[in-house]
Parts: sequence; C-alpha cells; structure tokens
Amino acid sequence: MKARHKRLGFLTIGIVALGLSTWLVVNALGSNLSYFFSPSEVAEGAAPSERIFRLGGLVKPDSVERGEELLVRFQVTDHAHDVTVVYSGILPDLFAEGQGVVAQGRLNEQGQFVAERVLAKHDENYMAPEVKEALARAHADGVAQEASTYAAAESSGSYSSRGGESGAYSTSGVTQ
Amino acid sequence: MSSRLVNWFKFSSPSTFYPLAGKIGFWSMVVTVVLLAVGLYMSFFVAPTDYKQGEGYRIIYVHVPAAWMSMFLYVLMAGWAALGLVFNTRLSAMMASALAPTGASMAFIALWTGAFWGKPMWGAWWVWDARLTSELILLFLYLGFIALQSAIDDPRRADRACAVLAIVGVVNVPIIYYSVIWWNTLHQGATIQIRGESSMDPLMLTTLLIMTLAFWAYCIAVAMARVRSIILERERETTWVGEMVKEGRA
Amino acid sequence: MKEFFAMGGYALYVWGSFAMTALLMIVEPILLRRRKQAALARIRRIARLQQQR
Repeated sequence: MKARHKRLGFLTIGIVALGLSTWLVVNALGSNLSYFFSPSEVAEGAAPSERIFRLGGLVKPDSVERGEELLVRFQVTDHAHDVTVVYSGILPDLFAEGQGVVAQGRLNEQGQFVAERVLAKHDENYMAPEVKEALARAHADGVAQEASTYAAAESSGSYSSRGGESGAYSTSGVTQ
Repeated sequence: MSSRLVNWFKFSSPSTFYPLAGKIGFWSMVVTVVLLAVGLYMSFFVAPTDYKQGEGYRIIYVHVPAAWMSMFLYVLMAGWAALGLVFNTRLSAMMASALAPTGASMAFIALWTGAFWGKPMWGAWWVWDARLTSELILLFLYLGFIALQSAIDDPRRADRACAVLAIVGVVNVPIIYYSVIWWNTLHQGATIQIRGESSMDPLMLTTLLIMTLAFWAYCIAVAMARVRSIILERERETTWVGEMVKEGRA
Repeated sequence: MKEFFAMGGYALYVWGSFAMTALLMIVEPILLRRRKQAALARIRRIARLQQQR
C-alpha cells in the first residue's frame, strides 16, 4: 500500500464520518433550526407559551381588520389551523391577504398572538403581471381542479414545511 | 502507465499550466464582458416586471448567480485541496488558494444583495434563518481558509492545513442548498428546479441563466489570473520562471 | 429615463446591489494585475542580484 492510497483511505473515512455526524447533529437539532412555527404547531402546543417565538403561514383572506392608528388584526393560517395576530406598526410592502407572513411575538391568555414585528415571506414564483392576470382567469375557470391540488399539497405536508404558497399556483403549466 | 494518465499529469506541472492558464483566463475575460453586456441589458430592459415585487425583483440577476457561484467555488476549492492532499501535487493546492478570494467575494455579494433585497420585500435587512446563517458560515469558511494560508509561513504546510479546513467545511454546502426544504425559513424556496418545472417566466429565466454564465466566466478568468500570480510567487527561484520572465513571456 | 433610475421606488435597493457587485468585479481584476506586476518585479530583482554576483 502506497502512502498515497493510505492518505486517500483516511480522507474517505474522515469525510464519511464527518457527513454522518453532521447528519446526526442536524437531525437532533431538528425543528430548532426552523425560523418559525406553523399555526398547526401552535395548536398542538409545540410552540413555547412563555417566551417569544415566530409564527409563520398565510394571511387568511378577508381576515385583516384595521383598528385605530396602526393597529391591525389578522389571522395566520396553514389551511389546517388559524391563529389570530394582533400587531401595531408598519407592515412590509408585500404584506397582503393570501400572502406569506412571519410574525414575531408571544401568545397572550386569550390565545391571540401579540406581534412586535411582522415580516413578509414571498414565494418562489416570478412572472409578468400579464401572465398573472391570465393565470387568475384560468383559475376562475378551473376552481374545481384547483381545489383538488390544494388538498394534495396539504396532505403531502408541503404546506407546513415550506410555509410558502406552494399549493397556490399549482396551475404553473401556464407559466411553463 | 497509460498515455491518458501521462497527458493528464503533464498539466499538473506549473510550467506547462502557466501559459495555458493565461490563454484560458484571457478568453474567459472576453466571454465575461460579452455575456455581462447582454445579461445586464436583458436584466433591465428585456426581462418583464414581476407581478408581486415590481422592479425590486431585478436584484435576483446578481443575487442568485453570486450565491450559486459561492457554493460551486467552494466545492471546487475543496476538490482541488483534497487532490493536493492525496496526490501531493503543487498545482492542486495553488488552484484551491486561487479560488478562495473569489469565492469569498461571491459569498459577500450574495449576502449584501440579499440584505438589499430583504429590506424592502421582507421588511428586514437580516434574519437568522437557516439559509442566511449557513451562507454567512460559508463566507467565514472562505475567510478562515485565506487567514490560515497567510498565517502559516511554510506554503506546503499551509496547503495541508487549509485542505483539511476546506474539506471539513464542504458539509456546509448541502446544508445551504437544502436549508429551505429542511427547515421553515423566511427565505423563499428554490425557484429553479434541476428536475421538474421552474416557477419563473421564461424570459426571466433566460436572463438569469445568461447572468449565471457571465459569473462563471468571470470566476474562471480571475481564478486563472490569480493562479498565475501564485505560480510566479511560489516558483520564483526556479529556472523556468527566471527564463520566462527574462524572455518577456510572463 | 428618470423612471428607469427610480426602479419603481426600489432605486436604493436595486442600485445598491448592482453597485456593490460592480465594485467588487472591477476591484478584483485590478488587484490581481498589481499582484502579478509585484511578483514579476521581485523576480527581475532576484535575477539582477544574481548577475551582479
């Protein structure tokens, strides 16, 4: 056995060991590396009740109520559970109903989420406004089909793990 | 020994690689200028406005290529470093050292443009989510490599230490790539899919690919220029360098 | 033209991103050229010293 082969052997063993240990560490840390909790996780009691955490999901359509000054109340949903969020402050440009959102704050006694900070989360879709309009028209024609893809996206769990709007634009055949 | 193997090892000698690197570097720079001209024109005048992010999304045309390059270059750097460690070839370690500063620069561009994109869209310059944090670690790995190289006086020993650091750090690359799938992040998921459909307008996608090729060409060009300098510095006492400089071929 | 530079209100962010990228991509080749010139100068100096001896 040449010295070169020996070094190669050590290197391979080293890389495999390192890969394995990283995988174990990542697994052990699990959801602690996640930036936010989904409403379902909050409903299960997985989110901390005493300290500050982040809640992520979609702003439920027709749920935004604006109060005095900058006060705003809306619901964050993952299509399985909803959490009511109360926030007073400036919202980011991309904040809108049906869009992704991440709020930082804590739960109060009534189970409402009192946010100190609200960030917008956008999805991975990029298209021209005209295409978006065409897509909306196509959507109106095929609501039934849409509903079935929604259900599929939800059951596969892609919703809670991505926190985006993966199911929302599943008619992506139009954008090619 | 087969003739293919001989051919391959011929280029692992710095004296044969030096002029070759010059040619590759020159033509890569030409390609970079052409592709950047086309790519920038398309970025601002051809690619349509985004339906949600308006003109602000155009940051993607520097953000994504830089982020991709920062990851590719790291794998490449670690690969060369590993080769140098195993075969003990001089040139492999020089290639690894030549890639590190460019990789660091790409990682920095990805983070900087990301901050300038996050502020208007998310509402924050920086968040500690898995994607952003792992990319920051990548920048630190590059900086650590460069620092270690300059901290050890004997270049051969420095190469070995740096190779170990580079190889250990390579586990961070798949973590960056899959972070948006493995954990909830504020950062979006992957727009460009290797398998399956990309969720992007075809014109936007073409522009992004041209910019990516331009960044590729740029990285090759500067890496070649840097490896030539490293060869000159490290082999300055050899006769081939002395003769080459005397004859004005360097 | 003015509208183009305004970038739909995102001027600071878009131009801030492209400017930093351009800066780094211009500075890096300049630094590399200097580094090569310095290396060549050093090699020529060594050659001169050896001839004098």
